Amino acid sequence: MQPKLITLTINGRTHQVALKPNVTLLHALRDLGYTDVKNGCEKGDCGACAVLLNGRAVNSCLVLAWQADGAEITTAAGLGTVDRPHPIQEALADSGGVQCGFCIPGIVVSAKALLDRNPNPTEEEIREAISGNLCRCTGYTLIVEGIRRIIESKNQ
Amino acid sequence: MLPEFELLMPRTLPEALEMLAGRAPDGMPIAGGTNVIPDLRGGRYRPACLVNVAGLPELSGIRQEDGMLVIGGGVTVAEVLEDPLVARYAPVLREAARSLASPLVRNRATVAGNLANASPAADMAPPLLVLDAEVELASREGTRRVPLKDFFLGVRRTVRQPHELITAIRVPLPPATARARFFKVALRKADAIAVVNGAVRVDLGDSGFCQTARIALGAVAPTPIRAYEAERALEGHPLTPETIAQAARLAAEATRTIDDIRGSAAYRRHVTEVLVRRALEGLWSRE
Ligand SMILES: Cc1cc2nc3c(=O)[nH]c(=O)nc-3n(C[C@@H](O)[C@@H](O)[C@H](O)COP(=O)(O)OP(=O)(O)OC[C@H]3O[C@@H](n4cnc5c(N)ncnc54)[C@H](O)[C@@H]3O)c2cc1C
Ligand code: FES
Ligand code: FES
Repeated sequence: MQPKLITLTINGRTHQVALKPNVTLLHALRDLGYTDVKNGCEKGDCGACAVLLNGRAVNSCLVLAWQADGAEITTAAGLGTVDRPHPIQEALADSGGVQCGFCIPGIVVSAKALLDRNPNPTEEEIREAISGNLCRCTGYTLIVEGIRRIIESKNQ
Repeated sequence: MLPEFELLMPRTLPEALEMLAGRAPDGMPIAGGTNVIPDLRGGRYRPACLVNVAGLPELSGIRQEDGMLVIGGGVTVAEVLEDPLVARYAPVLREAARSLASPLVRNRATVAGNLANASPAADMAPPLLVLDAEVELASREGTRRVPLKDFFLGVRRTVRQPHELITAIRVPLPPATARARFFKVALRKADAIAVVNGAVRVDLGDSGFCQTARIALGAVAPTPIRAYEAERALEGHPLTPETIAQAARLAAEATRTIDDIRGSAAYRRHVTEVLVRRALEGLWSRE
């Protein structure tokens, strides 16, 4: 099992890394320091590892790093940071939709993918968009509320 | 950590078929990986070699061709959900796509992978069965087409040879007088494997009598199945409460249900009858 040099563009920065074929994109990202991408289950069940892969939200634990060779990847930290939060991150924090925070990077990625394609989602569409993201703290209500706030503030 | 394997990265379909032929029977295709990666991790199988087929240009896209809707062997469930041809000619497939897993999984999961994986609960199977879909299989030797109804052999077993790839799923464009509907019961509304799923399709023509009837069921037998007896009870007859009730009863009789963590055999059988009845009733009542 020989490593191969692959290219990943992550949050606008290009990395060249030698990886073995059995390394998932999740592990590649975390090993490169993108630890906002969380490892929850490694089975596609929890969504904590979600990233945008060429603009589409996916579970990075279900992608082999070699399959992402040459791709553009955006993580939640690539959308915004504590100092310069993305409106989605701000709205989630302001609405009280963040408790322990473990699920939040994944939720932010799913919400971003939703709003990119559908700027005016219904509550049902919001719930569907985050249906692959498990949150063990909030009960989802305030997360949905937070995402709705962004839409409302944009529509004002 | 995933177990070790060799990973081949072909750039074209002929290259992929060559690699699979060279590595048969221990080379395994990987597309979206949404079955393969959890299965590798869980130890369900340990292939020495994976051949990546995600992104092969020849397997992309959904097109209309000679009275057929042709879904490329690399098309994802998310693409099915967004495709205007599917929305127009096969809305029943769209309904099923919307119920499969979550948006995160759907962006990777392929229709071909869902069929090749051959889970009894595969959500893409019942709608494609009622649409009389064919699976196009290619190898270095050539291409063959297998009706989907003859594709599944058992739990996770199909007629696909290890060196063959699904290059397309071909669906005859249904007549405008036909209507179809998907149904699914699971432990929650989204991101859940079916306890029972299925689809019905009826063509009433202009006569008011069923010219074609199709009923397909999942998670109630070792493979997705057609309920042939139930279909025969409808064909040549009008859709009435009586013929519908009879077809639903026969559909439940076609099942070979088991008890598992998601539901009991008796529950699955009962729910099958109710869901088939409601789906048939709903075909012409919901405007
Ligand atoms: C969290 C989660 C939830 C899910 N929920 C559902 C659900 O609700 N309903 C449902 O039906 N499924 C569900 N699934 C499974 C579903 O994602 C898969 O069945 C998917 O459609 C498989 O496609 P893939 O491209 O990921 O296949 P892969 O995992 O890459 O491959 C699956 C199998 O197909 C073979 N294969 C792949 N492509 C080809 C090809 N072109 N030709 C020949 N063989 C091929 C592979 O060798 C392998 O045997 C879920 C999965 C996860 C992780
Ligand atoms: S870690 Fe990827 S879905 Fe849970
Ligand atoms: S805030 Fe704790 S898991 Fe969601």
